[in-house]
Amino acid sequence: MNLKNKWPEYYKKDVISHYCPGCGHGIAHRLVSEVLEDLDIGGKAVLVNPAGCAVLAYLYFDFDVLESAHGRGTAMATGIKRANPDLFVISYQGDGDLAAIGTAETIHSANRGENITVIFINNAVYGMTGGQMAPTTLLGQKTTTSVAGRNPAFEGYPLHITDLLATLPGVVYAERTALDGPAGIVKTKKAITNAFQSQIDGLGYSIIEILSPCPTNWKKSPVDSFKWIKEEMTKEFPVGVLTDKRKKYKEEKIAV
Amino acid sequence: MDKVFISGNDTFGESAIRAGCRCYFGYPITPQNELGEYMAAHMRNAGGVFIQSESELAAINMTIGASCTGSRVMTSSSSPGISLKQEGISFLAALELPAVIVNVMRGGPGLGNIAPSQGDYFQSTRGGGHGDYRTPVFAPGTIQEIADLTFHAFEVADKYRTPVLLLGDGMMGQTKEPVVFPEPLNLKEMPEKEWALKGRGKGKSRYMASLILDPVEEERHNWKLVRKYKEIEKNEVMYEEYMTDDADIVVVAYGTVARIAKGAIKRVRTEGIKAGLLRPITLWPFPKDILVDLASRIKKFIVFEMSTGQMVEDVQLAIGNKAHIAFHGRPGGVVPTPAEFARYINREISQK
Repeated sequence: MNLKNKWPEYYKKDVISHYCPGCGHGIAHRLVSEVLEDLDIGGKAVLVNPAGCAVLAYLYFDFDVLESAHGRGTAMATGIKRANPDLFVISYQGDGDLAAIGTAETIHSANRGENITVIFINNAVYGMTGGQMAPTTLLGQKTTTSVAGRNPAFEGYPLHITDLLATLPGVVYAERTALDGPAGIVKTKKAITNAFQSQIDGLGYSIIEILSPCPTNWKKSPVDSFKWIKEEMTKEFPVGVLTDKRKKYKEEKIAV
Repeated sequence: MDKVFISGNDTFGESAIRAGCRCYFGYPITPQNELGEYMAAHMRNAGGVFIQSESELAAINMTIGASCTGSRVMTSSSSPGISLKQEGISFLAALELPAVIVNVMRGGPGLGNIAPSQGDYFQSTRGGGHGDYRTPVFAPGTIQEIADLTFHAFEVADKYRTPVLLLGDGMMGQTKEPVVFPEPLNLKEMPEKEWALKGRGKGKSRYMASLILDPVEEERHNWKLVRKYKEIEKNEVMYEEYMTDDADIVVVAYGTVARIAKGAIKRVRTEGIKAGLLRPITLWPFPKDILVDLASRIKKFIVFEMSTGQMVEDVQLAIGNKAHIAFHGRPGGVVPTPAEFARYINREISQK
């Protein structure tokens, strides 16, 4: 592991975080910023931040950011990338944003194979609004709107949206990772690097689903939250590469 | 350039491309489908972007995305689809992003029908989405005017960094007329948009956000928008006066209805009735001052609309008690005739 005592160039310094203690957003933000620097693309990056906890992401990211309406991130990202293909475009979204209110935009931007990258933070709840049930809430998981625990008879099942997306030809790379400890963080950084490189290579839509702790709404300590991801969340949402068509698409591109 | 014989819907598209629009996003809905089809056929040849989106919501948000890069952008729809776009129009207003939005109105409410209507006047002129904002609204009266106002709408959108509405109706979308188009703009000569997101490069990062949590800051942002709207009200009002010089009664009508009203005015003038027309071309900002002027010497006004009475409220706000204001409307997609309007003018003039 390459330990650097260096603040990432594309991550703002001396800003007080609004995220709760133990929240995964700060880790994911820093990883995104680090990879932008590693790949030397921060200078032409535009990130679309969502409605939800990461609505204020522009306070931390030190590259260009457009704030989206709830669920519309990949539509905006599509507009940015198509209008100016030289930009490096990221849509950063939570589970409610991406897999509930923005499902149509998510599926169709992926199906068009838009050359954008989606960072999908899955913490199994609506965080900003106070812990309501999300499309990815686990069966039996208690939230403020599934008080007896998510019951499929009433609330349906956790939505595996990234698995769905992985079946589409437009999606070149999809991986699920977990912020459940140092190893998970390192794997997440590697996954983000793969996804970003896919966009640089012009191969199409890439998405990294990151299982991310929300201690406040889970009513757990940060340490127990990490544990819950490892022991419970990854049972429903196993980590791993869901699709990787990079080699094939690179060859096809060369053939063209 | 030579005259071409072309439909209203195609004219919106051709004029937009000539005005430097290089991104179009839309979802099919009658009676404006020819516009999307025109863009599909011509935008890529012009080096631009055409996407048939998955919904009107997606189209307006792609519009926001493209606009923030500094590109000239258009989206279009018809009444129910414009309702879906309202969230995005509110965001465009809040983010101060230019865009041109075409509404080829049809009968409503609900799905209504696909016949011409003017039922979206309130929605267009009062903001339409949530929050305190206005959008300039241009209402062309002929296909030639669609060409001219579409071109103009992009200039106004960029000048004030605001979404602009072009308001037509099903009849205007489908009508073909001879049109002389403005010469195409040279994209290379267009001024750089300093505010656009282009990546920070080696400079400072920027963001565009409409979330302003501090109420005092949000209030400040609202007043800033109001100052811009006051400038628009001062500079951008457009209207046409037709035979008002010697008029005893003035018809107020816009778009297709103004055209029909001109027929009615010619008709009643042969009977010796001195009728004239005031045709607002901008519905917001509304041409209040000219109405106040006219009301100082003309005591009878009649407002014709293809609605149950929406613009008539703006006429009442402008004129107040200074003159008598009558109204005749045909909502739901019914297109009135010149003879029908002539009867109403006759009736008003014969009443004491």
